[in-house]
Amino acid sequence: MTNRLKFMLKKELLQTLRDPRMRIVILIMPVFQTLIFGYAVTTDVKKVDTAVVDLANTTETRTITDQFISSGIFIPAYKASYDEAWYSMDQGEIQAMILFNRQGQMQFVTDGSRGLSAGVTAGYAAAILTRNQHPPITVEARAWYNPLLESRNFYVPGVIAMMVMVVTLILSSMAVVREVEIGTMEQIMVTPMKRWEFIVGKLLPFGAIGMVNVLVVTAVAVFWFNIPLQGSLPLLMLGSVLYLMNTLGAGLLISTVSRTQQQAMLSAFFVIFPASLLSGFAFPIANMPKVIRFFTIFNPMRYMMTILRDIFLKGNGLDILWPNYLAMLLLGTALLTTATLRFKKTG
Amino acid sequence: MLENKQEQPAVIIEHLTKKFGDFTAVDDISFTVNKGEIFGFLGANGAGKSTTIRMLCGILKPTSGRGIVGGVDISKTPEKVKAFIGYMSQKFSLYDDLTIEENLNFFAGIYGVRNRKEAVKKAIKSADLTGKEKKITGSLPVGWKQRLSLASAVMHGPSILFLDEPTSGVDPITRRKFWETIRKLAEDGTTVFVTTHYMMEAEYCDRLSIMRAGKVIAIGSPNKLKQNNKKDSLEDVFVSLVQKGVDQ
Repeated sequence: MTNRLKFMLKKELLQTLRDPRMRIVILIMPVFQTLIFGYAVTTDVKKVDTAVVDLANTTETRTITDQFISSGIFIPAYKASYDEAWYSMDQGEIQAMILFNRQGQMQFVTDGSRGLSAGVTAGYAAAILTRNQHPPITVEARAWYNPLLESRNFYVPGVIAMMVMVVTLILSSMAVVREVEIGTMEQIMVTPMKRWEFIVGKLLPFGAIGMVNVLVVTAVAVFWFNIPLQGSLPLLMLGSVLYLMNTLGAGLLISTVSRTQQQAMLSAFFVIFPASLLSGFAFPIANMPKVIRFFTIFNPMRYMMTILRDIFLKGNGLDILWPNYLAMLLLGTALLTTATLRFKKTG
Repeated sequence: MLENKQEQPAVIIEHLTKKFGDFTAVDDISFTVNKGEIFGFLGANGAGKSTTIRMLCGILKPTSGRGIVGGVDISKTPEKVKAFIGYMSQKFSLYDDLTIEENLNFFAGIYGVRNRKEAVKKAIKSADLTGKEKKITGSLPVGWKQRLSLASAVMHGPSILFLDEPTSGVDPITRRKFWETIRKLAEDGTTVFVTTHYMMEAEYCDRLSIMRAGKVIAIGSPNKLKQNNKKDSLEDVFVSLVQKGVDQ
């Protein structure tokens, strides 16, 4: 390490730690985000308020209703007529309806405006009906890697990739522009500081912040939410380093095309949204149209998402995951190189 | 080679030109600045003074022409210039969120100043800021900031010093002290290249050049400029020369 780089790093560290907002970004924000995703963002359906209208009122229809109630998920609200039931669905008081006509034929209705949970609810209903058929059809469904199908296990590891991108991309894209804006950049440019020393001195501290974020979120995931970390932590760290090459490279690239901090911030958001949407964080890439799937090839978050979930839940190693590591290494190198070449000391 | 260098002027400019698109900021200027000289650069706003300085500092590439600073070609090896020049821009450009001492330590560090602690102490003393080392720079009054900037710019002992409007917004006492420092630096052999809008300051310079619309329209010692233009004060010289351009 050169002397100049040492002084650059020291300066960046002093400035970063002096800013109270930065301490929040480094420690509080990741924990907060993880808690939100761990508790609030859930596609599990635990309780469904259900209107029951039984116009037949036979032993059979009552038995079926009881089976629904005893599942513990469907909370019944008996209504006298279809109209009454529909009205409460319109009002949003109920999310499903069990309707029997006078002939004892059953209709199960879910509130389709609720998207994902409507599907899940219908799935439950189908399962209850199948299980109690005569003769019974036994379907024993098992979800591997996440036996209780906890959506938390699925989302929280993904939060790491989101968190690291938001924090490091915004910080790095704004940091260089800030020096240009306040005029200190010009003072740096007349010194013998080398281009790479400046860039490394700028980016390394943010890389370190990113790694701290990874560790903090991993700790919350494992110790607070009891999400199993099946695979190797060092491998997760290696993935994070490669991922950071991408986010920091993109940040630096943004800062070379932005004139103000606001521009940099906006551009960063323009990267973050599509990157998250096309990462498989919430929407599976396999279900996307071909053209869009092609674009995800250039999305580093996609690879990090796979690495995180596979290491956390499946315990996969490099033997399976290596293409993801390689992809991030290539993309990261390309981003960093382009950004460095664009960054000039002589205008 | 070394003997030769001693006789060489500190700055040689030949047909130096800088264009930004269609706009010619600096238009074919040529002059030399001798070692240990205080060279003043006058001109209305937008005349091309700062652009010239920024080219000489190696942070702006000339469109054409040649500039030799301390024996180094600024078009070919701009990075080489940076080791032995000092630069103070018209905009305060130290870190507001660092203390006085941290700022000086940083700049001493990246210039690779020997005996850094000693040098920083000396700089603080020369800026008259002893006892205020731990103050956050952003909280200082403008005059103190300018003193600090100058101290920081000369800490590494540059042989050529570029000062771009160093005394704008500074009270008269601080300004006088500023010029004492500049005088002393020049006596010790430092070449000082300074832009200013204050005619009183221009009188302190060994030689002056007046720029208008990217061209150097007059050059010489303050007295010579007054004689040539038959005026009693530099201000009259300046106004008449710059005004001529407007009338034309």
